[in-house]
Amino acid sequence: MNKDAKEGNLMYKFQKITYTYRIYLLLITLILFVILPFVFSNQYFLTIIIKIGVYVCLAMGLNILTGYTGLVSLGHAGFVAIGAYASSILVVRHGFNFFAASLVGMIVAGVIGMILGLPSLRVSGTYLSIITLGFGEIIKMTAMNFTALTNGTLGIKNIPKPGIFGFTLNVTNYGLYYMMLITVILISLFCYLLVKSKTGRALQAIKTDELAATMMGININYYKIIAFVVSAMICAFGGSLYSVLIGYIDPNTFNFDVSTLILSIVILGGMGTLRGMFVGAIILIAFPEVSRFLMEYRFVLYGIILVLMMRFRPQGILGYKSVLPYALSKSVKERVDKLEGNVL
Amino acid sequence: MKKEVMLKIEGIKKSFGGILALDGVSLELNEGEIVSIIGPNGAGKTTVFNILTGVYTLDEGSIIFKGEEIQNKAPIHIVKAGISRTFQNIRLFNDLRVIENVLIGAHLNTKYGFFSAIFRNGKFKEEEDREALRAIELLKAIGLDHRRDEYASNLPYGEQRKLEIARCLATGAKLILLDEPAAGMNPKESAELMEFIKKIRTMGYTVLMIEHDMSVVMNISDKIYVIDHGKPIANGLPEEIAVNEDVIKAYLGGVANA
Repeated sequence: MNKDAKEGNLMYKFQKITYTYRIYLLLITLILFVILPFVFSNQYFLTIIIKIGVYVCLAMGLNILTGYTGLVSLGHAGFVAIGAYASSILVVRHGFNFFAASLVGMIVAGVIGMILGLPSLRVSGTYLSIITLGFGEIIKMTAMNFTALTNGTLGIKNIPKPGIFGFTLNVTNYGLYYMMLITVILISLFCYLLVKSKTGRALQAIKTDELAATMMGININYYKIIAFVVSAMICAFGGSLYSVLIGYIDPNTFNFDVSTLILSIVILGGMGTLRGMFVGAIILIAFPEVSRFLMEYRFVLYGIILVLMMRFRPQGILGYKSVLPYALSKSVKERVDKLEGNVL
Repeated sequence: MKKEVMLKIEGIKKSFGGILALDGVSLELNEGEIVSIIGPNGAGKTTVFNILTGVYTLDEGSIIFKGEEIQNKAPIHIVKAGISRTFQNIRLFNDLRVIENVLIGAHLNTKYGFFSAIFRNGKFKEEEDREALRAIELLKAIGLDHRRDEYASNLPYGEQRKLEIARCLATGAKLILLDEPAAGMNPKESAELMEFIKKIRTMGYTVLMIEHDMSVVMNISDKIYVIDHGKPIANGLPEEIAVNEDVIKAYLGGVANA
């Protein structure tokens, strides 16, 4: 009991400090990431960092669906594949600009996300997870066998790096790195704004109790579909980004392992938090790289980490709840103070 | 003072397979009243609530709320029409704060779209601010404001019940359905609850409740309806119900030993 209080106190101090200085902290982090490639210009290192960034985006996408709405998807690699294939095919065969192509990819994924969302209105929990698992496999099989469109198991080779105003973005000139950085910032901002709104509250209400949410006048069908579509679109963009980073995609790039990896990031980092996605992605993507000296055994260690995590911190590394007061806007705060002044 | 009829349920029937859960239950409720439904376990009281709020569809009968037929409408339309409910087992959004629970209740009154939220335009700010302020005023009015920033799961039992009611009021509904609000409360807590329900009435709400705690029912109800095995067996003023032979029979069985 006493220990809890002390921990709570420490937590309070930590959160208070991070909240008070949040603008400076964000600014410092941003500056660090902007100058990072000039300090460590190693290509291999930058590729890993970009990969982490891509997975942050993917985790952000899945987090909207799984973390906030409580619909566990085991087939999100399907959406990543849709985004990657759609943009690569358009760029390689039809000469599209990368950004236009990835926008098309996002729209396609959004529509398919809506269709996949429909069963979620009828089934829930494990059954929904099985449906999404099937979806992931369907997409993979389609990519494997619809040779005319996807070139089958041979995959799509030589995906050109994206260009902007005649300037090619690749790893060597740091272009790809900055594109990743901007994407991560934009997607995080988007998720933040979405979550801190009526929509975000509705999603969280659906996660906790569907019946109670219905009785509050929340159209749960509409919000579940919204969650699916948003999640699918974010993951599709992540997929496009991944395809240009690696330069080659085939059906096996998007197998079940990718789905579980994204889900592990969300769970490890802390479901239903945005901060957790960064930490989760850094740990799970960097770990296999830094532990290469362990060779095959590194996956044993990987498994042990996940098991220990589930045992001792099931809410995720950064899955703590805020202990600070609910953030009211300035004008509301003033009026509340006035209200309290009147009462006294 | 002439009271308006707010809710009129007429002869509703509902069966689940071969079981007739409700058989011709009727009920009338005037604005500003506190009306109770009582009856032994399994009598079909909660089924009445579920039909009223659109969770179940009814087989026969009609429900008229403020002059409009609302039977078999989807829950969302019922809430929009102005009926909100609590649950027999508390169903709060436990991972969220007290104020967030109230704001979710105000979901329908918070009128901005998806894109307003993303671009944080004037409309978003205006709507969010107004509802936040209203939520705080509501919490102050019912005496929960000191818990505003707490997580719902950390509240003591009595306050969780209060919060559930606050969430109902936030929807803008004028008719509040309470499903066993005093369940699991000690005598002191139920006395407090009684005062609380009376207070809600003075705030301009009408209350229909299911309750087993007779001290609560007899003290605050304007009218009581008794159902047993899905059939209405009596209705009237509390003092009439207390001496009604059919009611005593339904609760105790056999002949009344008065």
